[in-house]
Amino acid sequence: MATQIEASQKDDTMKQPDDKSRRRFIKASSMFGLAVAFSPAMIRKAFADSKPKTTRMEETMTQTSSAQPASVQVADKTAIRSFQFNFTDAELTDLRRRVNATKWPERELVNDATQGVQLSTMQKLARYWGTDYDWRKGEAKLKAVPHFVTEIDGLDIHFIHVRSKEKNALPVIVTHGWPGSIIEQLKIIEPLTNPTAHGGKAEDAFDVVIPSLPGYGFSGKPTTTGWDPIRIARAWAVLMNRLGYTRYVAQGGDWGNAVTEQMALQTPPGLIGIHTNMPATVPDDIAKALGAGGPPPAGLSADERRAYEQIDFFYKNGLGYANEMAHRPQTLYGIADSPVGLAAWMIDHDAASQALIARVFDGQFEGLTRDDILDNVTLYWLTNTAVSSARLYWESKLAFFAPKGVPVPTAVSAFPDEIYQAPRSWTEKAYPKLIHYNRLPKGTHFAAWEQPEFFVAELRTGFKSLR
Amino acid sequence: MRLEEAEHAAKAQITCIVGPLSRFLVVLLAAAMSLTAPARMLAQQPAQTTQQNQRVATVTKTRSTMTQPGTVRSIDTDAIRPFRVHVPEKAIADLRRRIRETRWPDQETVTDRTQGVQLATMKELVRYWLTDYDWRKAEAKLNALPQFVTTIDGVDIHFIHIRSRHPNALPLIMTHGWPGSIFECLRMIGPLIDPTAHGGRAEDAFDVVIPSMPGYGFSGAPTTTGWNCDRIARAWDTLMKRLGYTRYVSQGGDWGARVSESLARQAPPGLLGIHMNLLLTVPPEIARSINASDPAPAGLSEKEKAAYEQRKMRSLGYFIEQATRPQTIGFSLADSPVGLAAWLLDHDPHSYEQMAHAFEGHPEGGLTRDAILDNITLYWLTNTGASSARLYWEEARFVFKGEVPVRAAFTVFPGESFRAPRTWVERTFTNLIYFNEVDKGGHFAGWEQPELLAAELRAAFRSLR
Repeated sequence: MATQIEASQKDDTMKQPDDKSRRRFIKASSMFGLAVAFSPAMIRKAFADSKPKTTRMEETMTQTSSAQPASVQVADKTAIRSFQFNFTDAELTDLRRRVNATKWPERELVNDATQGVQLSTMQKLARYWGTDYDWRKGEAKLKAVPHFVTEIDGLDIHFIHVRSKEKNALPVIVTHGWPGSIIEQLKIIEPLTNPTAHGGKAEDAFDVVIPSLPGYGFSGKPTTTGWDPIRIARAWAVLMNRLGYTRYVAQGGDWGNAVTEQMALQTPPGLIGIHTNMPATVPDDIAKALGAGGPPPAGLSADERRAYEQIDFFYKNGLGYANEMAHRPQTLYGIADSPVGLAAWMIDHDAASQALIARVFDGQFEGLTRDDILDNVTLYWLTNTAVSSARLYWESKLAFFAPKGVPVPTAVSAFPDEIYQAPRSWTEKAYPKLIHYNRLPKGTHFAAWEQPEFFVAELRTGFKSLR
Repeated sequence: MRLEEAEHAAKAQITCIVGPLSRFLVVLLAAAMSLTAPARMLAQQPAQTTQQNQRVATVTKTRSTMTQPGTVRSIDTDAIRPFRVHVPEKAIADLRRRIRETRWPDQETVTDRTQGVQLATMKELVRYWLTDYDWRKAEAKLNALPQFVTTIDGVDIHFIHIRSRHPNALPLIMTHGWPGSIFECLRMIGPLIDPTAHGGRAEDAFDVVIPSMPGYGFSGAPTTTGWNCDRIARAWDTLMKRLGYTRYVSQGGDWGARVSESLARQAPPGLLGIHMNLLLTVPPEIARSINASDPAPAGLSEKEKAAYEQRKMRSLGYFIEQATRPQTIGFSLADSPVGLAAWLLDHDPHSYEQMAHAFEGHPEGGLTRDAILDNITLYWLTNTGASSARLYWEEARFVFKGEVPVRAAFTVFPGESFRAPRTWVERTFTNLIYFNEVDKGGHFAGWEQPELLAAELRAAFRSLR
């Protein structure tokens, strides 16, 4: 990676990418931002036109960042602007046409997924995607929550923001990963913000902020290098500050964990604790043994040995996509051009979630439906973020699973079919201020998406002591 | 653990796994050629070039079992059947339509190649592919050569076979690699079979056999696991024997070097020696060290240190993906011509740079725009993106150990992914009869510098004749 680090430091001015889709969305929201800056009345009307929800929507349009003067006459991109998105029928028809015209490789030579996502899985997926699947259903779920955009550090950051009607709701910023998106988090919004309607207590309420990572979903795609998890973490602190929060927590898994941990290391005023469902706990000596590719060292407990075997398996079998994305993200023209190619690439994140998704397309419901999975893939397709999302791997120099010395209170949920289920022993060593640790009975890498009830319970319990 | 450390762990030995199918296009193409094999094949085949008058003789063993007439495999599977390429116009039109409708990502965020194949390069490649490139020219080039298919170990093997007009020509089987094909070898044919027209001597002539590996080009794709380079090598020996050769040599770069090494390890009667231009079996302690991401061990010479650093720097994204998940990347490679093209361009930084130069207007040697697109289009039309990737999966489960006493020759090309030191080559190939470092050429040595590699082969094998 040495060469790439040097190259990225040559941070010259870049040409604007030829990205009509991104421009369309950002333009729409910027134009709205213009209107907003001129007329508070128009702001309220825009909100009144949105679908009513059980939780009260704050008119965050009236808040501007403290750096901006109160009477701004020109478009203030750093204001919090309402965000609308629109995908045309033509785009959906084009997607369907491409899916139905897919050219297939021949079958894998094995009877399982040891050569990759199986042909039969992808053909079942494509058959549904190209015919009965309806993006508008998933889109309606997305449009049922309030979306905003604000420019931070030169980039448009999109986020969902829902405030609880409960008093003293604890604000939480929840960060997705790859191949995830805000769609992963939709199921937890209501239970978190409206606990009494979902088996919880009023004092467990949260305000929820769910951003799209740079280069993902509706956020802007960086045109210069440097948007690594450290920079994203800084932007997230700015966002929470801009939203007026002086006391909040952060949550994440996958890249979301990387960002959340970096926020903790940056200790922005206001951040009082974090939760992770993909903690970084692997001790140095274990990491060395894994690097050598040998058997587990002697003297490990059963939980530690299992974790070792899980990571060992992942390193030996599951790193292909991460490696390509970390070194050659731009070479992945195929996943930008082929919907089925994109879907296969995204489904193949790790063995357990791949197997779960295959079972779902085989007809078994397991927390995720076919629509869930295709809503997420379709979002990547429609926003053309296959390659821009890959660039995060290229940008990051962080070690995924190595302890970072997180100095703030930390709650950890270890799901059994995550890439590895972090043992308590490693977790206690990795997080000096561990306030919650739990091993769940089921759940994979996409915990919030697949096991929202468990996930919500974990956040309620995990953060209780910080309120 | 850093991603880099993890990727080196991934290169550590993988435990064995075992496990099958059919591919329509080869059958389609085979059906397009003269199918019905008579009981005895003719010795003379109609493929003659306009300039050269090679005698093309094929000898076949016939068997009495005849099942359904008109089907390729069931008739006389040891037969050597003539082969012609004809891709239906529909397939070419479909390719062009897909290229035209390419959905592009946005541009890389760097001004160089450090994030992968640059958008401007791909757009220029596509422009040329759509406007000026003509597959029919490539087809004509192939059909001007004597092509054949024969079934070996259950897989149809396509190959070019040309005999020299010179007596005592040394039979040579040349194996391409990934992302290469027989197209890599075409411009070596003249210099090898007709040395006097290329500054060489008649005594240095070769008969040339250029097969496609299973899962590549016009060869069939395996339907069961197990087709690693070792098995390919066995098939190659069968092929040479089937062609009537009792003595021969083998040459290869990339996977072709591994096939040649496999042949040498098997040491079948008749194999006189091998030549390689890529070293795949480095000394074990070096391999261990590199996999552990250690700094260069103490005591290495300057050349060894340089080679060590080059090996460490290798970006292996495509390699690891194909070694672990060939089916996953296979979907993009089958469905997106531009996706396939970029993937094939990005084998290693130097090769990619050379190919980018072609599309920037200054091709290097034989790596012209047409040559590059001949190769990519072949992968597309034969739908071999996934099947070619599977060789990496097979090879990840197969490890070579120990020395090779069969006579070996090696040429270091300066642009190869690492310059193999003689000391490392000799650790594996204890009977090194020829070692040379030339001053130009990269990973695709024969493709880019055919005269130079041909001259190397003449020199390397002279003592074996």
